[in-house]
Amino acid sequence: MNHQFSPTSLAAGMESVGVRIDGVDLSYGSHRVLKDIHLDIKPGEFFAFLGPSGCGKTTLLRLIAGFNTAQRGQVTIGGRDISGLPPHKRDVGMVFQSYALWPHMTVRRNVAFGLEERRVPRAEIERRVDAALGLVGLKHLADRRPSQLSGGQQQRVALARTIVIEPKILLLDEPLSNLDAKLRVQMRQELLSLQRKLGLTTIFVTHDQEEANTICDRIAVMEDGIVQQVGTPQELYDHPANLFVAGFLGTANVLDGQVRAVDGGGTAFVTGGGVAIPLQQGVEPGAEGKLMFRPQNLVIRQDGGRQEDGPPRAGHVRLMGVVRHREFLGASIRYAVDIGGQQVQVDAPHQAGNALLPTDTPITLDLAADKARFLRR
Amino acid sequence: MTSLALTRESIARVRPGPAVAAVLIALFLLLFLVVPVVQVIFVAFQDKTTGAFTLINFADFFRNDLFMRSFWNSFYVSAMSVVVASALALPLAYLTTRFEFRGAVLIQSLGIIPLIMPPFIGAVAMQLLFGRNGTVNLLLRDHFGISIPFMEGLNGVIFVQSIHYFPFILINLSASLKNIDRAMEESAQNLGCHGFRLFRRIVFPLAMPGYVAGASLVFIKVFDDLGTPLLLNVNDMLAPQAYLRISSIGIADPMGYVISVVLIVCSLLALWVSALAMKGKDYATVQRGGGGLARRRMKPLELVAAYAVVLLILVLVLAPHIGLTLLSFATIWSFSPFPDAFTMKHYGTVFLESGQYITNTLLYASLAALLDVVIGTAIAYLVLRSKLPGRQWLDYIAMAALAVPGVVLGIGYLRSFYDVPMPFTGQPLSGFWLILVFALAIRRLPYALRACTAALQQVSNSLEEAAENLGATKLRTISRVVVPLMSGGILAGFVTSFATAAVELSATIMLVHSQSDAPLAYGLYVYMQSAAGRGPGAALGVFAVVIVGLGTYLSHVIIERGRRERGQDH
Repeated sequence: MNHQFSPTSLAAGMESVGVRIDGVDLSYGSHRVLKDIHLDIKPGEFFAFLGPSGCGKTTLLRLIAGFNTAQRGQVTIGGRDISGLPPHKRDVGMVFQSYALWPHMTVRRNVAFGLEERRVPRAEIERRVDAALGLVGLKHLADRRPSQLSGGQQQRVALARTIVIEPKILLLDEPLSNLDAKLRVQMRQELLSLQRKLGLTTIFVTHDQEEANTICDRIAVMEDGIVQQVGTPQELYDHPANLFVAGFLGTANVLDGQVRAVDGGGTAFVTGGGVAIPLQQGVEPGAEGKLMFRPQNLVIRQDGGRQEDGPPRAGHVRLMGVVRHREFLGASIRYAVDIGGQQVQVDAPHQAGNALLPTDTPITLDLAADKARFLRR
Repeated sequence: MTSLALTRESIARVRPGPAVAAVLIALFLLLFLVVPVVQVIFVAFQDKTTGAFTLINFADFFRNDLFMRSFWNSFYVSAMSVVVASALALPLAYLTTRFEFRGAVLIQSLGIIPLIMPPFIGAVAMQLLFGRNGTVNLLLRDHFGISIPFMEGLNGVIFVQSIHYFPFILINLSASLKNIDRAMEESAQNLGCHGFRLFRRIVFPLAMPGYVAGASLVFIKVFDDLGTPLLLNVNDMLAPQAYLRISSIGIADPMGYVISVVLIVCSLLALWVSALAMKGKDYATVQRGGGGLARRRMKPLELVAAYAVVLLILVLVLAPHIGLTLLSFATIWSFSPFPDAFTMKHYGTVFLESGQYITNTLLYASLAALLDVVIGTAIAYLVLRSKLPGRQWLDYIAMAALAVPGVVLGIGYLRSFYDVPMPFTGQPLSGFWLILVFALAIRRLPYALRACTAALQQVSNSLEEAAENLGATKLRTISRVVVPLMSGGILAGFVTSFATAAVELSATIMLVHSQSDAPLAYGLYVYMQSAAGRGPGAALGVFAVVIVGLGTYLSHVIIERGRRERGQDH
């Protein structure tokens, strides 16, 4: 890949702008697809809409591009309300999931299209098309037809076609979903470096949490037409706002139980098995909710062979369980452990020579209590 | 491993069943398609007296004013028919694919109604409605003092043909418009394009292959058609000239053959141009889950305009049907906007005099259609499932019948089989009614073959392999699994072949030897020659329309049912 970046032609004059989405509501008939969406995307940010299929993320993206109309609310780009503008007047670049390259035009004509629509002088069109194709490393394929290109090359043409018009913001609709696994990893790094070079505010729609985590500054996790939480990948993983976010980003152990007051102040989460886990958050006794922690928050303290292992470490709570299943993952082994009727996943680091615990082995687990979070829903 | 695979393949290759079937089909195609056509071409290059190779016949053709005029007339009529048919089809296709329009169902039926009436049947009725002294012009003259030459000379042919054939463009164009991925349009909007520019730069180019396919089909059909110009009494066109030369001067006259060669060359040229235009442009762009183009609601004024256009075209399209029906019940209809009085007697005449025509038609058309689906199924199977060397050629040759006009096939049959005496009776073989059945079968084979191929493509190979794996022989597998699964497609192919063969005139008119052997289309032609015969002719025409209409409806029902049973929704 040859990334010749020519600042004079593409980045110049492009000033990053932010996007505000205010109280947007959208229904198809009686089906409410977007429910009171509020988002504030900062200038130059690489932002993701993440969620399972049918959560409304693509609908929201298409709303910004002008292909859907909201019943309520407004979208502003760089402070200007664009809600009433037709798609062709929005200056919002969108890369489609299928790339939507026109098969009756060469790569060069595809890329030149948007500039021609803007009545840019011919000489400048040629110059800017060359620059855009250079930026994605496809100058040598300018006279090919889209059907003669590989999936990754088509993806780059679609990208070049969009950024050449110097849009105010860039929208990417699952741009990596049609690529094979290896190319996907490569392309997401290219996307990121391109975005950083151009400083272009970018919104990325995906259902793949790994994709969103690796390249996005911030993520809006969506489910059922509602933004569940907005934050950096780390914030979302470490401090999920609810069970959906916890389960969608990484593996979550969820325990049922009750919140009770403990002697000496504070509250604890008491599981069905009677184990009390002190809560760090200020939760009132009797609150409805569940306890969530990650598989790596548990440490296997004792295997079935030895009985004595001393008291739990400071800040840890001891759980007793039986190994039900195990999955060998390479770097670690994931055990499914039954702790008094509820199942939890435990990750144990693996080194060559370590033996795996057989199923039905009774074990004790230590849970780092400060890592466990009480979630109301 | 390789050698094992090779041996297996060679064993498959020598299995006799498919080879025997292939040879039989090849013989049939050779005898009833290749030989007659080659014969025609051969004679065109032969000196009339010495039999030596010569180009003098072609020189004569190009020096003859009548022939050159006929040539340009045929070309002009075909090109203008494409233009007029496009003018009818474009707005309809655009309306159905771009707007949420309740009239869409109406438009879909518009796409079928004309096709269920052979153009030559409606031609006479059209003259009564739109001719110089037809309904419309009489009314115009009375009220406004003007008249419009809809049906004068070549105009009449163009008018009748484009009303009949515009569905070819409508169907193909709508299909390719529907196949455009919505993202194609949206990405253009996203880059700043909209309105008519969007249509011109993106939508229409992407739909171009469908349009060209439809337009070239219309061109060829009109160029080759004999019945319509003949019934409208327009004789200075190529197909009628070929027919008139052979029927009035005799089968030894070389000009009929020269004209045939010109007809074939022009058909091939049109096919070649359309193939050229579509080369590398397989624009079926719909992705999984992606719907067709975005549709929008129409504003009230647009809606009124849309309905006006649709209604106008509907009236035009129904005109031949209405005219024919009126004519079949009319006592006298001449120099008046509407018939003087109505009667049932024409139907009585047809029943008494022309039962023969109808039974002949049913016999010929069903035999031809049966032959088509048997051969079509066999070729489809050989091409898709056997490893016979050269199996593709069966498909190519059968499809080549598309480029052979009915007149040419008729002339070829006359030439090839006239000198062959029938056993026992000693009459020329070309007059034997079974020859007519073969001609009809060859003419309809391409359509039946495509239907059968499509049906077989939907039967997964593994279904067959499963049957063989459980112990069924190849023949049992075909009869118990493959054919039952193909039955919907085969039946649809049969009905289409039957319905269109029933009203074929071009080849029929050349090959009918005696009145008692004649089918309906021929009878109709004979009736329409005299003013007194128009009424009964129209009644016979109504029969023809009913037969074709029922056939089309049946094949539609069969295809739909097959689809539902398979649980396919596209």
